[in-house]
Amino acid sequence: MNESAWDGTLSASEFSASAQAFAEKWKLNNPAYPPWTWVKSLEVPIFATNQVEEGYLSLENVCIVKSNDDEVASCVEGEASLYDKEDEESTDSATLSGNDNVQPYYFDFHIIYSASFRVPVLYFRAYCSDEAYPSALLSNQVFLADGRSLGLNEIESVLPANSAKVLLESKWTFITQEEHPYLNRPWCKLHPCGSSDWMKLLFQAVEKVDRPAMELYLVSWFSVVGPVIGLGIPIQMLKEP
Amino acid sequence: MKEAQEFVWMGAIPLQIHLHESEVTTVPPPPPALILAPRIGYLPLLLPLIKPYFSSTLPPGVDTVWFEYKGLPLKWYIPTGVLFDLLCAEPERPWNLTIHFRGYPSHLLIPCEGEDSVKWNFINSLKEADYIINGNCKNVMHMSQSDQLELWNSVVNANLEAFIRSSSKLKSGTIEDDYASKSSLSSQKSQKMIGEADTSVQTKTGKVPVRLYVWNVSEDFGDMEDAPPIDSWDRISYVNRPLEIHREEGKCFTLHDAIKTLLPELFGKKRKPKGEGNISQPLETGSTADDDPEIKLLRIQGIEPKLETPISWVANHLRHPENFLHVCVYIKVPSAKSL
Repeated sequence: MNESAWDGTLSASEFSASAQAFAEKWKLNNPAYPPWTWVKSLEVPIFATNQVEEGYLSLENVCIVKSNDDEVASCVEGEASLYDKEDEESTDSATLSGNDNVQPYYFDFHIIYSASFRVPVLYFRAYCSDEAYPSALLSNQVFLADGRSLGLNEIESVLPANSAKVLLESKWTFITQEEHPYLNRPWCKLHPCGSSDWMKLLFQAVEKVDRPAMELYLVSWFSVVGPVIGLGIPIQMLKEP
Repeated sequence: MKEAQEFVWMGAIPLQIHLHESEVTTVPPPPPALILAPRIGYLPLLLPLIKPYFSSTLPPGVDTVWFEYKGLPLKWYIPTGVLFDLLCAEPERPWNLTIHFRGYPSHLLIPCEGEDSVKWNFINSLKEADYIINGNCKNVMHMSQSDQLELWNSVVNANLEAFIRSSSKLKSGTIEDDYASKSSLSSQKSQKMIGEADTSVQTKTGKVPVRLYVWNVSEDFGDMEDAPPIDSWDRISYVNRPLEIHREEGKCFTLHDAIKTLLPELFGKKRKPKGEGNISQPLETGSTADDDPEIKLLRIQGIEPKLETPISWVANHLRHPENFLHVCVYIKVPSAKSL
Protein backbone atom coordinates (compact mmCIF):
# COMPACT_ATOMS: atom_id res chain seq x y z
CA MET A 1 0.00 0.00 0.00
CA ASN A 2 1.26 3.50 -0.62
CA GLU A 3 2.41 5.78 2.14
CA SER A 4 0.08 8.64 1.40
CA ALA A 5 -2.70 9.41 3.84
CA TRP A 6 -5.44 6.85 4.09
CA ASP A 7 -8.44 7.88 2.05
CA GLY A 8 -11.07 6.09 4.07
CA THR A 9 -11.59 3.27 1.60
CA LEU A 10 -10.82 -0.41 1.55
CA SER A 11 -10.14 -3.04 -1.09
CA ALA A 12 -12.39 -5.94 -2.03
CA SER A 13 -10.23 -8.46 -0.21
CA GLU A 14 -10.04 -6.22 2.87
CA PHE A 15 -13.81 -6.02 2.79
CA SER A 16 -14.15 -9.80 2.75
CA ALA A 17 -11.75 -10.18 5.67
CA SER A 18 -13.41 -7.36 7.57
CA ALA A 19 -16.84 -8.87 6.95
CA GLN A 20 -15.74 -12.10 8.51
CA ALA A 21 -14.35 -10.29 11.55
CA PHE A 22 -17.54 -8.26 11.86
CA ALA A 23 -19.78 -11.32 11.66
CA GLU A 24 -17.75 -13.10 14.31
CA LYS A 25 -17.81 -10.17 16.70
CA TRP A 26 -21.53 -9.71 16.14
CA LYS A 27 -22.22 -13.33 16.95
CA LEU A 28 -20.17 -13.08 20.10
CA ASN A 29 -21.58 -9.82 21.36
CA ASN A 30 -25.12 -9.83 20.04
CA PRO A 31 -26.42 -13.29 20.89
CA ALA A 32 -29.99 -12.08 20.92
CA TYR A 33 -29.78 -11.30 17.23
CA PRO A 34 -29.58 -13.72 14.35
CA PRO A 35 -26.07 -13.87 12.94
CA TRP A 36 -24.95 -12.16 9.75
CA THR A 37 -24.37 -14.67 7.00
CA TRP A 38 -21.96 -14.41 4.09
CA VAL A 39 -23.68 -14.93 0.76
CA LYS A 40 -21.28 -15.90 -1.97
CA SER A 41 -21.94 -14.16 -5.21
CA LEU A 42 -20.77 -17.21 -7.07
CA GLU A 43 -24.23 -18.48 -6.37
CA VAL A 44 -25.38 -15.82 -8.77
CA PRO A 45 -24.53 -16.44 -12.40
CA ILE A 46 -21.04 -15.40 -13.56
CA PHE A 47 -19.41 -13.10 -11.18
CA ALA A 48 -16.10 -11.42 -11.53
CA THR A 49 -13.84 -11.75 -8.59
CA ASN A 50 -10.30 -10.83 -7.90
CA GLN A 51 -8.38 -13.26 -5.81
CA VAL A 52 -11.04 -13.63 -3.23
CA GLU A 53 -14.50 -14.97 -3.23
CA GLU A 54 -16.87 -12.17 -3.74
CA GLY A 55 -19.93 -11.98 -1.59
CA TYR A 56 -21.91 -9.87 0.79
CA LEU A 57 -23.20 -9.93 4.37
CA SER A 58 -26.84 -10.64 4.94
CA LEU A 59 -29.11 -10.23 7.93
CA GLU A 60 -32.74 -10.91 7.28
CA ASN A 61 -36.09 -10.88 9.02
CA VAL A 62 -35.06 -8.42 11.68
CA CYS A 63 -38.04 -6.95 13.38
CA ILE A 64 -37.94 -3.26 14.13
CA VAL A 65 -40.71 -2.10 16.34
CA LYS A 66 -41.62 1.54 16.43
CA SER A 67 -44.07 2.84 18.96
CA ASN A 68 -45.88 6.11 18.57
CA ASP A 69 -43.55 7.63 21.12
CA ASP A 70 -40.83 7.47 18.51
CA GLU A 71 -38.90 4.95 20.47
CA VAL A 72 -37.40 2.25 18.43
CA ALA A 73 -36.53 -1.10 19.81
CA SER A 74 -35.20 -3.92 17.78
CA CYS A 75 -36.54 -7.27 18.59
CA VAL A 76 -35.56 -10.57 17.29
CA GLU A 77 -37.73 -12.74 15.17
CA GLY A 78 -35.19 -15.43 14.50
CA GLU A 79 -36.81 -18.01 12.29
CA ALA A 80 -40.08 -16.13 12.04
CA SER A 81 -41.67 -16.10 8.67
CA LEU A 82 -43.31 -13.10 7.10
CA TYR A 83 -46.79 -13.99 8.16
CA ASP A 84 -46.08 -15.32 11.57
CA LYS A 85 -47.46 -12.55 13.71
CA GLU A 86 -48.03 -14.80 16.68
CA ASP A 87 -44.35 -15.42 17.17
CA GLU A 88 -43.11 -14.33 20.51
CA GLU A 89 -40.70 -11.47 20.51
CA SER A 90 -37.54 -11.59 22.50
CA THR A 91 -36.37 -8.12 23.30
CA ASP A 92 -32.89 -6.87 23.92
CA SER A 93 -32.07 -4.55 26.73
CA ALA A 94 -34.19 -1.73 25.31
CA THR A 95 -37.66 -1.91 26.71
CA LEU A 96 -40.78 -1.31 24.77
CA SER A 97 -42.84 1.48 26.14
CA GLY A 98 -45.80 -0.71 26.87
CA ASN A 99 -47.71 1.24 24.30
CA ASP A 100 -50.18 -0.83 22.33
CA ASN A 101 -49.66 1.19 19.19
CA VAL A 102 -46.69 -0.74 17.94
CA GLN A 103 -46.36 -1.82 14.38
CA PRO A 104 -43.81 -4.45 13.63
CA TYR A 105 -41.76 -3.95 10.54
CA TYR A 106 -39.33 -6.51 9.19
CA PHE A 107 -36.09 -5.58 7.58
CA ASP A 108 -33.59 -7.40 5.43
CA PHE A 109 -30.09 -5.92 5.44
CA HIS A 110 -27.30 -6.60 3.00
CA ILE A 111 -23.84 -5.09 3.29
CA ILE A 112 -22.35 -5.10 -0.17
CA TYR A 113 -18.97 -3.89 -1.36
CA SER A 114 -18.96 -1.13 -3.96
CA ALA A 115 -16.05 -1.58 -6.34
CA SER A 116 -16.56 1.92 -7.69
CA PHE A 117 -16.42 3.74 -4.35
CA ARG A 118 -14.31 1.16 -2.50
CA VAL A 119 -16.56 1.24 0.55
CA PRO A 120 -19.32 -0.96 1.96
CA VAL A 121 -22.85 -0.01 1.07
CA LEU A 122 -25.96 -0.87 3.04
CA TYR A 123 -28.94 -2.13 1.11
CA PHE A 124 -32.17 -2.91 2.85
CA ARG A 125 -35.81 -3.52 2.34
CA ALA A 126 -38.67 -3.42 4.73
CA TYR A 127 -42.00 -5.11 4.89
CA CYS A 128 -44.95 -5.15 7.11
CA SER A 129 -46.68 -8.35 7.87
CA ASP A 130 -49.57 -6.68 9.58
CA GLU A 131 -52.28 -7.14 7.06
CA ALA A 132 -54.50 -4.73 8.89
CA TYR A 133 -52.23 -1.89 7.91
CA PRO A 134 -54.11 0.23 5.42
CA SER A 135 -52.41 0.05 2.08
CA ALA A 136 -53.65 3.51 1.20
CA LEU A 137 -51.02 4.92 3.53
CA LEU A 138 -48.19 3.15 1.81
CA SER A 139 -46.78 5.15 -1.05
CA ASN A 140 -44.42 3.98 -3.75
CA GLN A 141 -45.02 0.44 -2.74
CA VAL A 142 -42.37 -2.07 -3.42
CA PHE A 143 -43.68 -5.59 -3.41
CA LEU A 144 -42.02 -8.77 -2.43
CA ALA A 145 -43.02 -11.89 -4.22
CA ASP A 146 -44.88 -13.25 -1.25
CA GLY A 147 -45.78 -10.36 0.93
CA ARG A 148 -46.30 -6.69 0.99
CA SER A 149 -43.35 -4.45 1.55
CA LEU A 150 -42.82 -0.84 2.26
CA GLY A 151 -42.02 2.04 0.06
CA LEU A 152 -39.32 4.56 0.63
CA ASN A 153 -41.51 7.16 2.33
CA GLU A 154 -42.85 4.59 4.70
CA ILE A 155 -39.42 3.31 5.57
CA GLU A 156 -38.25 6.79 6.43
CA SER A 157 -41.18 7.15 8.77
CA VAL A 158 -40.24 3.95 10.55
CA LEU A 159 -36.68 4.95 11.24
CA PRO A 160 -35.73 6.60 14.52
CA ALA A 161 -36.90 10.19 14.34
CA ASN A 162 -33.42 11.57 14.83
CA SER A 163 -31.91 9.59 12.08
CA ALA A 164 -34.69 10.41 9.68
CA LYS A 165 -33.93 14.05 10.30
CA VAL A 166 -30.22 13.45 9.94
CA LEU A 167 -30.81 11.59 6.73
CA LEU A 168 -32.92 14.25 5.17
CA GLU A 169 -30.59 17.04 6.09
CA SER A 170 -27.25 15.36 5.85
CA LYS A 171 -25.07 15.86 2.87
CA TRP A 172 -23.33 12.62 3.63
CA THR A 173 -25.98 9.99 3.77
CA PHE A 174 -29.33 9.58 2.22
CA ILE A 175 -31.57 6.76 1.22
CA THR A 176 -32.70 6.05 -2.27
CA GLN A 177 -34.46 3.23 -4.03
CA GLU A 178 -32.13 1.44 -6.37
CA GLU A 179 -31.64 -1.93 -7.85
CA HIS A 180 -29.86 -4.51 -5.75
CA PRO A 181 -26.51 -5.20 -7.47
CA TYR A 182 -27.12 -8.95 -7.61
CA LEU A 183 -30.79 -9.66 -7.10
CA ASN A 184 -32.46 -7.64 -9.87
CA ARG A 185 -35.02 -6.22 -7.48
CA PRO A 186 -35.60 -2.75 -6.09
CA TRP A 187 -34.06 -2.26 -2.65
CA CYS A 188 -33.29 0.78 -0.57
CA LYS A 189 -29.72 1.92 -0.45
CA LEU A 190 -27.81 4.17 1.90
CA HIS A 191 -25.67 6.29 -0.36
CA PRO A 192 -21.93 5.66 -0.28
CA CYS A 193 -20.62 8.93 -1.66
CA GLY A 194 -19.51 10.36 1.67
CA SER A 195 -18.58 7.10 3.41
CA SER A 196 -14.85 7.37 2.86
CA ASP A 197 -14.88 10.93 4.22
CA TRP A 198 -16.53 10.10 7.49
CA MET A 199 -14.63 6.85 7.90
CA LYS A 200 -11.41 8.81 7.62
CA LEU A 201 -12.64 11.35 10.17
CA LEU A 202 -13.84 8.62 12.48
CA PHE A 203 -10.49 7.00 12.63
CA GLN A 204 -8.53 10.18 12.95
CA ALA A 205 -10.76 11.73 15.58
CA VAL A 206 -11.88 8.76 17.59
CA GLU A 207 -9.20 6.17 17.17
CA LYS A 208 -6.49 8.74 16.71
CA VAL A 209 -4.77 6.63 14.13
CA ASP A 210 -4.10 7.49 10.55
CA ARG A 211 -4.94 4.07 9.30
CA PRO A 212 -7.07 1.44 10.94
CA ALA A 213 -6.49 -2.26 11.20
CA MET A 214 -8.62 -3.07 8.20
CA GLU A 215 -10.32 -5.97 9.92
CA LEU A 216 -12.06 -3.44 12.13
CA TYR A 217 -13.31 -1.35 9.25
CA LEU A 218 -16.78 -2.83 9.14
CA VAL A 219 -17.30 -2.71 12.88
CA SER A 220 -16.53 1.00 12.90
CA TRP A 221 -18.52 1.59 9.76
CA PHE A 222 -21.52 -0.16 11.23
CA SER A 223 -21.28 1.81 14.46
CA VAL A 224 -22.23 4.84 12.38
CA VAL A 225 -24.61 3.26 9.91
CA GLY A 226 -26.38 0.83 12.21
CA PRO A 227 -28.17 3.35 14.44
CA VAL A 228 -29.50 5.11 11.35
CA ILE A 229 -31.53 2.02 10.59
CA GLY A 230 -32.33 1.15 14.16
CA LEU A 231 -29.60 -1.40 14.75
CA GLY A 232 -27.22 -0.31 17.43
CA ILE A 233 -24.21 -2.37 18.27
CA PRO A 234 -23.09 -3.13 21.77
CA ILE A 235 -20.08 -1.16 22.91
CA GLN A 236 -18.13 -4.37 23.44
CA MET A 237 -17.94 -4.88 19.72
CA LEU A 238 -15.88 -1.76 19.32
CA LYS A 239 -13.24 -2.93 21.73
CA GLU A 240 -10.32 -5.05 20.74
CA PRO A 241 -10.93 -8.74 21.42
CA MET B 1 -11.96 12.20 -31.26
CA LYS B 2 -14.66 14.57 -32.40
CA GLU B 3 -15.69 12.34 -35.29
CA ALA B 4 -16.10 9.36 -33.02
CA GLN B 5 -18.10 11.42 -30.56
CA GLU B 6 -20.36 12.58 -33.35
CA PHE B 7 -20.83 9.01 -34.48
CA VAL B 8 -21.84 8.01 -30.98
CA TRP B 9 -24.15 10.97 -30.39
CA MET B 10 -25.91 10.66 -33.71
CA GLY B 11 -26.56 6.96 -33.27
CA ALA B 12 -30.27 6.24 -33.11
CA ILE B 13 -32.60 3.25 -32.97
CA PRO B 14 -35.84 3.27 -34.91
CA LEU B 15 -38.59 2.15 -32.53
CA GLN B 16 -42.06 0.92 -33.27
CA ILE B 17 -43.99 1.28 -30.05
CA HIS B 18 -47.19 -0.61 -29.48
CA LEU B 19 -49.67 0.13 -26.74
CA HIS B 20 -50.33 -2.95 -24.67
CA GLU B 21 -53.62 -4.47 -25.70
CA SER B 22 -55.02 -4.38 -22.17
CA GLU B 23 -54.88 -0.60 -22.27
CA VAL B 24 -56.57 -0.08 -25.61
CA THR B 25 -60.12 1.14 -25.14
CA THR B 26 -60.93 2.24 -28.65
CA VAL B 27 -61.79 0.39 -31.82
CA PRO B 28 -59.85 0.19 -34.01
CA PRO B 29 -56.75 0.14 -31.83
CA PRO B 30 -54.31 2.98 -32.39
CA PRO B 31 -51.44 2.35 -34.79
CA PRO B 32 -47.99 2.01 -33.27
CA ALA B 33 -45.85 5.08 -32.73
CA LEU B 34 -42.73 5.31 -34.88
CA ILE B 35 -39.98 7.07 -32.99
CA LEU B 36 -36.28 7.52 -33.63
CA ALA B 37 -34.60 7.13 -30.25
CA PRO B 38 -31.08 8.41 -29.57
CA ARG B 39 -28.77 5.58 -28.54
CA ILE B 40 -27.33 7.63 -25.70
CA GLY B 41 -30.77 8.53 -24.39
CA TYR B 42 -33.27 6.79 -22.15
CA LEU B 43 -36.71 5.40 -22.93
CA PRO B 44 -38.73 7.49 -20.42
CA LEU B 45 -37.45 10.65 -22.12
CA LEU B 46 -39.38 9.68 -25.24
CA LEU B 47 -42.71 9.93 -23.50
CA PRO B 48 -43.60 13.42 -24.74
CA LEU B 49 -43.20 12.10 -28.28
CA ILE B 50 -45.13 8.90 -27.67
CA LYS B 51 -48.01 9.98 -25.49
CA PRO B 52 -49.94 11.92 -28.17
CA TYR B 53 -50.33 8.72 -30.17
CA PHE B 54 -52.17 6.98 -27.37
CA SER B 55 -53.65 9.50 -24.98
CA SER B 56 -57.14 9.32 -26.44
CA THR B 57 -57.34 5.58 -26.06
CA LEU B 58 -56.02 5.04 -22.55
CA PRO B 59 -58.28 3.85 -19.75
CA PRO B 60 -58.89 6.34 -16.93
CA GLY B 61 -56.21 6.52 -14.27
CA VAL B 62 -52.79 7.84 -13.47
CA ASP B 63 -49.93 7.14 -15.87
CA THR B 64 -47.14 4.90 -14.64
CA VAL B 65 -45.16 4.36 -17.80
CA TRP B 66 -43.00 1.36 -18.48
CA PHE B 67 -41.65 -0.42 -21.55
CA GLU B 68 -41.39 -4.05 -22.35
CA TYR B 69 -39.70 -6.18 -25.03
CA LYS B 70 -41.09 -9.68 -25.60
CA GLY B 71 -42.41 -9.81 -22.08
CA LEU B 72 -39.27 -8.46 -20.43
CA PRO B 73 -39.84 -5.21 -18.50
CA LEU B 74 -37.08 -2.84 -19.55
CA LYS B 75 -34.80 -1.18 -17.02
CA TRP B 76 -35.33 2.47 -17.76
CA TYR B 77 -31.96 3.64 -16.50
CA ILE B 78 -30.03 1.62 -19.08
CA PRO B 79 -29.36 3.72 -22.19
CA THR B 80 -31.63 2.83 -25.12
CA GLY B 81 -28.74 1.78 -27.38
CA VAL B 82 -27.39 -0.58 -24.74
CA LEU B 83 -30.79 -2.23 -24.27
CA PHE B 84 -31.01 -2.74 -28.02
CA ASP B 85 -27.49 -4.15 -28.34
CA LEU B 86 -28.08 -6.51 -25.45
CA LEU B 87 -31.59 -7.78 -26.08
CA CYS B 88 -31.60 -8.01 -29.87
CA ALA B 89 -28.99 -10.56 -30.81
CA GLU B 90 -30.06 -10.06 -34.39
CA PRO B 91 -30.78 -6.33 -34.68
CA GLU B 92 -34.45 -5.76 -35.30
CA ARG B 93 -35.31 -2.67 -37.33
CA PRO B 94 -37.58 -1.11 -36.35
CA TRP B 95 -37.31 -2.39 -32.80
CA ASN B 96 -40.78 -3.43 -31.65
CA LEU B 97 -41.46 -2.43 -28.08
CA THR B 98 -44.62 -2.43 -26.01
CA ILE B 99 -45.51 0.52 -23.84
CA HIS B 100 -47.66 0.35 -20.73
CA PHE B 101 -49.28 3.27 -18.97
CA ARG B 102 -50.70 1.24 -16.12
CA GLY B 103 -49.68 -1.58 -13.84
CA TYR B 104 -46.08 -0.65 -13.12
CA PRO B 105 -44.18 -3.79 -12.03
CA SER B 106 -42.87 -2.32 -8.79
CA HIS B 107 -41.58 -5.65 -7.60
CA LEU B 108 -39.19 -5.74 -10.54
CA LEU B 109 -38.40 -2.19 -11.58
CA ILE B 110 -37.33 0.73 -9.46
CA PRO B 111 -39.81 3.58 -9.71
CA CYS B 112 -39.53 6.15 -12.45
CA GLU B 113 -41.24 9.44 -11.90
CA GLY B 114 -40.52 10.97 -15.26
CA GLU B 115 -37.54 12.97 -16.42
CA ASP B 116 -36.39 13.86 -12.91
CA SER B 117 -35.76 10.23 -12.03
CA VAL B 118 -33.72 9.73 -15.18
CA LYS B 119 -31.75 12.92 -14.59
CA TRP B 120 -31.01 11.96 -11.00
CA ASN B 121 -29.81 8.58 -12.11
CA PHE B 122 -27.62 10.16 -14.80
CA ILE B 123 -26.00 12.62 -12.40
CA ASN B 124 -25.32 9.84 -9.92
CA SER B 125 -23.64 7.77 -12.61
CA LEU B 126 -21.61 10.81 -13.57
CA LYS B 127 -20.49 11.12 -9.93
CA GLU B 128 -19.63 7.46 -9.80
CA ALA B 129 -17.54 7.76 -12.97
CA ASP B 130 -15.90 10.87 -11.55
CA TYR B 131 -15.00 8.96 -8.41
CA ILE B 132 -13.56 6.10 -10.43
CA ILE B 133 -11.49 8.37 -12.67
CA ASN B 134 -10.36 10.95 -10.10
CA GLY B 135 -10.72 9.28 -6.73
CA ASN B 136 -13.37 11.78 -5.64
CA CYS B 137 -16.62 13.33 -6.83
CA LYS B 138 -15.42 16.91 -6.60
CA ASN B 139 -15.75 17.75 -10.28
CA VAL B 140 -19.41 16.90 -10.36
CA MET B 141 -20.17 18.20 -6.88
CA HIS B 142 -18.68 21.56 -7.76
CA MET B 143 -20.79 21.98 -10.83
CA SER B 144 -23.51 24.50 -10.22
CA GLN B 145 -27.13 23.39 -10.47
CA SER B 146 -27.56 25.33 -13.66
CA ASP B 147 -24.45 23.79 -15.22
CA GLN B 148 -25.68 20.34 -14.29
CA LEU B 149 -29.04 21.14 -15.82
CA GLU B 150 -27.38 22.40 -18.98
CA LEU B 151 -25.35 19.21 -19.20
CA TRP B 152 -28.43 17.10 -18.66
CA ASN B 153 -30.45 18.99 -21.25
CA SER B 154 -27.73 18.45 -23.81
CA VAL B 155 -28.14 14.71 -23.24
CA VAL B 156 -31.94 14.88 -23.43
CA ASN B 157 -31.67 16.69 -26.73
CA ALA B 158 -28.69 14.62 -27.95
CA ASN B 159 -26.97 17.92 -28.64
CA LEU B 160 -23.25 17.27 -28.83
CA GLU B 161 -22.19 20.91 -29.20
CA ALA B 162 -24.05 21.88 -26.05
CA PHE B 163 -22.64 18.85 -24.27
CA ILE B 164 -19.08 19.72 -25.15
CA ARG B 165 -19.61 23.26 -23.86
CA SER B 166 -21.17 22.05 -20.61
CA SER B 167 -18.75 19.27 -19.95
CA SER B 168 -15.72 21.49 -20.36
CA LYS B 169 -16.45 22.41 -16.75
CA LEU B 170 -16.14 18.77 -15.86
CA LYS B 171 -12.69 17.34 -16.16
CA SER B 172 -13.59 13.93 -17.43
CA GLY B 173 -10.11 12.73 -18.17
CA THR B 174 -8.91 10.45 -20.89
CA ILE B 175 -6.98 7.27 -20.86
CA GLU B 176 -3.61 7.79 -22.35
CA ASP B 177 -2.42 5.86 -25.30
CA ASP B 178 -0.73 2.62 -24.41
CA TYR B 179 2.45 3.32 -26.24
CA ALA B 180 3.19 6.49 -24.36
CA SER B 181 5.24 6.86 -21.23
CA LYS B 182 4.96 4.18 -18.60
CA SER B 183 5.04 6.48 -15.63
CA SER B 184 1.75 8.02 -16.52
CA LEU B 185 -0.36 6.34 -13.87
CA SER B 186 0.29 9.12 -11.44
CA SER B 187 1.25 11.74 -13.95
CA GLN B 188 -0.59 14.99 -13.87
CA LYS B 189 0.46 16.03 -17.36
CA SER B 190 -2.41 16.50 -19.69
CA GLN B 191 -2.07 14.63 -22.92
CA LYS B 192 -3.52 15.92 -26.12
CA MET B 193 -5.05 13.59 -28.56
CA ILE B 194 -5.74 14.65 -32.09
CA GLY B 195 -8.72 16.93 -32.27
CA GLU B 196 -9.31 16.85 -28.55
CA ALA B 197 -10.42 19.77 -26.44
CA ASP B 198 -7.81 21.32 -24.18
CA THR B 199 -9.72 20.58 -21.07
CA SER B 200 -8.98 16.87 -20.95
CA VAL B 201 -6.90 15.76 -18.02
CA GLN B 202 -4.99 12.62 -17.35
CA THR B 203 -6.96 10.09 -15.37
CA LYS B 204 -5.38 9.96 -11.97
CA THR B 205 -6.30 6.49 -10.99
CA GLY B 206 -5.75 4.67 -14.27
CA LYS B 207 -9.19 3.17 -13.90
CA VAL B 208 -11.92 3.14 -16.48
CA PRO B 209 -15.62 3.22 -15.60
CA VAL B 210 -17.18 0.19 -17.30
CA ARG B 211 -20.57 -1.46 -17.15
CA LEU B 212 -20.53 -4.93 -18.54
CA TYR B 213 -23.69 -6.85 -19.42
CA VAL B 214 -22.93 -10.53 -19.83
CA TRP B 215 -25.24 -13.09 -21.26
CA ASN B 216 -24.00 -16.59 -20.65
CA VAL B 217 -25.37 -18.48 -23.60
CA SER B 218 -25.72 -22.09 -22.68
CA GLU B 219 -26.91 -23.32 -26.01
CA ASP B 220 -25.07 -23.22 -29.26
CA PHE B 221 -26.54 -21.28 -32.05
CA GLY B 222 -25.25 -20.56 -35.48
CA ASP B 223 -26.95 -17.36 -36.47
CA MET B 224 -27.82 -14.58 -34.14
CA GLU B 225 -31.38 -14.99 -35.39
CA ASP B 226 -31.56 -18.31 -33.60
CA ALA B 227 -30.44 -16.93 -30.28
CA PRO B 228 -33.02 -17.63 -27.60
CA PRO B 229 -34.72 -14.48 -26.30
CA ILE B 230 -33.79 -13.14 -22.92
CA ASP B 231 -36.85 -13.68 -20.78
CA SER B 232 -35.54 -12.52 -17.44
CA TRP B 233 -32.90 -10.14 -16.15
CA ASP B 234 -31.62 -12.99 -14.01
CA ARG B 235 -30.08 -14.42 -17.18
CA ILE B 236 -27.87 -11.37 -17.55
CA SER B 237 -24.90 -10.84 -15.29
CA TYR B 238 -24.25 -7.19 -14.66
CA VAL B 239 -20.69 -6.30 -13.77
CA ASN B 240 -20.22 -2.77 -12.51
CA ARG B 241 -16.58 -2.69 -11.64
CA PRO B 242 -13.86 -0.24 -12.64
CA LEU B 243 -11.41 -1.63 -15.13
CA GLU B 244 -7.82 -1.34 -14.02
CA ILE B 245 -5.45 -1.04 -16.90
CA HIS B 246 -2.14 -2.82 -16.59
CA ARG B 247 0.52 -1.41 -18.77
CA GLU B 248 3.39 -3.55 -19.86
CA GLU B 249 6.19 -2.13 -21.90
CA GLY B 250 5.70 -2.68 -25.60
CA LYS B 251 2.37 -4.36 -25.11
CA CYS B 252 -1.01 -2.92 -25.77
CA PHE B 253 -3.86 -3.44 -23.31
CA THR B 254 -6.60 -4.53 -25.63
CA LEU B 255 -10.34 -4.83 -25.43
CA HIS B 256 -9.89 -8.58 -25.12
CA ASP B 257 -7.53 -8.08 -22.18
CA ALA B 258 -10.13 -5.83 -20.61
CA ILE B 259 -12.86 -8.47 -20.79
CA LYS B 260 -10.55 -11.07 -19.33
CA THR B 261 -9.62 -8.70 -16.51
CA LEU B 262 -13.25 -8.03 -15.72
CA LEU B 263 -14.23 -11.70 -15.81
CA PRO B 264 -11.22 -13.55 -14.44
CA GLU B 265 -13.23 -16.47 -13.13
CA LEU B 266 -14.28 -17.32 -16.63
CA PHE B 267 -10.96 -17.10 -18.33
CA GLY B 268 -9.04 -19.83 -16.59
CA LYS B 269 -6.08 -17.89 -15.34
CA LYS B 270 -5.24 -18.58 -11.77
CA ARG B 271 -3.59 -15.78 -9.92
CA LYS B 272 -0.71 -15.54 -7.58
CA PRO B 273 -1.74 -13.14 -4.84
CA LYS B 274 0.30 -10.16 -5.77
CA GLY B 275 -1.63 -7.26 -4.39
CA GLU B 276 -4.70 -5.49 -5.52
CA GLY B 277 -5.89 -5.96 -9.04
CA ASN B 278 -2.74 -7.33 -10.62
CA ILE B 279 -2.74 -10.02 -13.24
CA SER B 280 0.21 -12.26 -12.76
CA GLN B 281 1.57 -14.75 -15.21
CA PRO B 282 -0.77 -17.67 -15.63
CA LEU B 283 0.28 -20.70 -13.70
CA GLU B 284 0.78 -23.96 -15.46
CA THR B 285 -2.70 -25.19 -14.86
CA GLY B 286 -2.84 -27.20 -17.99
CA SER B 287 -5.67 -25.12 -19.25
CA THR B 288 -5.59 -24.46 -22.93
CA ALA B 289 -7.30 -21.97 -25.13
CA ASP B 290 -10.03 -24.56 -25.68
CA ASP B 291 -11.05 -24.28 -22.08
CA ASP B 292 -11.56 -20.57 -22.37
CA PRO B 293 -15.07 -19.34 -22.78
CA GLU B 294 -15.92 -18.16 -26.24
CA ILE B 295 -16.90 -14.57 -26.79
CA LYS B 296 -19.68 -15.03 -29.27
CA LEU B 297 -20.54 -11.37 -29.56
CA LEU B 298 -19.30 -8.10 -28.17
CA ARG B 299 -21.13 -4.87 -28.88
CA ILE B 300 -20.39 -1.31 -27.89
CA GLN B 301 -22.50 1.55 -29.30
CA GLY B 302 -23.91 -0.84 -31.84
CA ILE B 303 -20.58 -1.80 -33.31
CA GLU B 304 -18.48 -4.90 -32.81
CA PRO B 305 -14.95 -3.62 -32.30
CA LYS B 306 -12.08 -5.97 -33.01
CA LEU B 307 -10.91 -7.53 -29.79
CA GLU B 308 -7.37 -6.37 -30.50
CA THR B 309 -8.43 -2.72 -30.35
CA PRO B 310 -6.56 -0.83 -27.63
CA ILE B 311 -8.85 -0.33 -24.67
CA SER B 312 -7.75 3.29 -24.39
CA TRP B 313 -9.21 4.00 -27.81
CA VAL B 314 -12.44 2.16 -27.05
CA ALA B 315 -12.93 3.88 -23.71
CA ASN B 316 -12.11 7.35 -24.94
CA HIS B 317 -14.21 7.20 -28.08
CA LEU B 318 -17.18 4.99 -27.28
CA ARG B 319 -18.12 6.05 -23.80
CA HIS B 320 -21.54 7.42 -22.94
CA PRO B 321 -22.12 11.01 -21.77
CA GLU B 322 -21.91 9.96 -18.11
CA ASN B 323 -18.41 8.62 -18.87
CA PHE B 324 -19.22 4.95 -18.57
CA LEU B 325 -18.31 2.47 -21.26
CA HIS B 326 -21.26 0.09 -21.66
CA VAL B 327 -20.27 -3.28 -23.10
CA CYS B 328 -22.67 -6.07 -24.09
CA VAL B 329 -21.10 -9.51 -24.29
CA TYR B 330 -22.52 -12.89 -25.22
CA ILE B 331 -20.27 -15.58 -23.81
CA LYS B 332 -20.48 -19.30 -24.20
CA VAL B 333 -18.91 -21.07 -21.26
CA PRO B 334 -17.66 -24.58 -22.05
CA SER B 335 -19.82 -27.12 -20.24
CA ALA B 336 -16.84 -28.68 -18.50
CA LYS B 337 -16.30 -25.50 -16.56
CA SER B 338 -18.56 -24.93 -13.62
CA LEU B 339 -18.58 -21.94 -11.35
